[in-house]
Amino acid sequence: MVNEHLDELARIRGLMDRSTRFLSLSGLSGVIAGTAALVGAFLARQHYLDLLWAERMDSYASLDGRSLLDAGRWNEHLVFLFVDGMAVLLVAIAGALWFTWRRGRRTGQGLWDASARRMVVNLLMPLVAGGLFCLSLLQYGALDMVPPATLVFYGLALLNASKYTLDEIRWLGVSEIVLGLVASFWTEAALLFWALGFGVLHIFYGGLMYLRHERNATTAEEA
Amino acid sequence: MIDRLNKAFESRVRLGIMAVLVVNDFVDHARLKELLGVTDGNLASHLAALEELKYVTVRKRFVGKRPNTSYKATAAGLRAFRQHLDAIEQLVPKNPDPHA
Repeated sequence: MVNEHLDELARIRGLMDRSTRFLSLSGLSGVIAGTAALVGAFLARQHYLDLLWAERMDSYASLDGRSLLDAGRWNEHLVFLFVDGMAVLLVAIAGALWFTWRRGRRTGQGLWDASARRMVVNLLMPLVAGGLFCLSLLQYGALDMVPPATLVFYGLALLNASKYTLDEIRWLGVSEIVLGLVASFWTEAALLFWALGFGVLHIFYGGLMYLRHERNATTAEEA
Repeated sequence: MIDRLNKAFESRVRLGIMAVLVVNDFVDHARLKELLGVTDGNLASHLAALEELKYVTVRKRFVGKRPNTSYKATAAGLRAFRQHLDAIEQLVPKNPDPHA
């Protein structure tokens, strides 16, 4: 009798947990976001190398042989980085919405139901806090700490949102946090860690999610 | 103590429906079916019983061209579910859940 009640309580708890998770999040959105991030990082690196090259040419041309730090060129580089980053973000968000919408049509779960809202709200809280914190870092000129901070806060946001979606998101979050912490002690390699965190990890976990939850469902439906 | 258990929730399906509805707003028929693992007919009859008791409200609308029926727990339904859970929990001597 007692066991029966315990089983019943466990079943109710399980149903509540499962029904509040947003399960139609598509792994392919991770793959597209990661690919966009890698392309973005590659372009940023190319642009930076071009900048260094131009500086070097100038230093040869100048009489005293010293590089003149060209503020205009540096600002232009920052603008390029900003546009580059925004483009990556747009592609990633559009990809996430598209693939998740497509999957939700199959599973019958809406794109913006209660579980999706819960997941997004829990994702946004640490993310917005992290964004504001990065602004304060910029204000004090701690430019080096911005890339590690974005990784750490993004990881915390994923960890927080993972209670309301697929379990892989939890491990993606933990990986981002660890990578961000390593990056904070190795700021020269910021771009590399950024590419690893936003590119490679997204592709890896997105692919894993796709293989585990989607590929079979798709083939079963087509068969 | 036993009499505080709600007769309406003697059915595992009905209790399951309420468990899903207390933590979500509108949930449609297909998703309830998937979560509970029951047949359409079985689910429909239990939902009708809960609707009769005014524990759930029904919303019928079209999503694209398909008719879509969703359900939401009413305030009375939430209260009844909570009382039923409290009653079950009192029947379990040592509660393993530290939050309850």
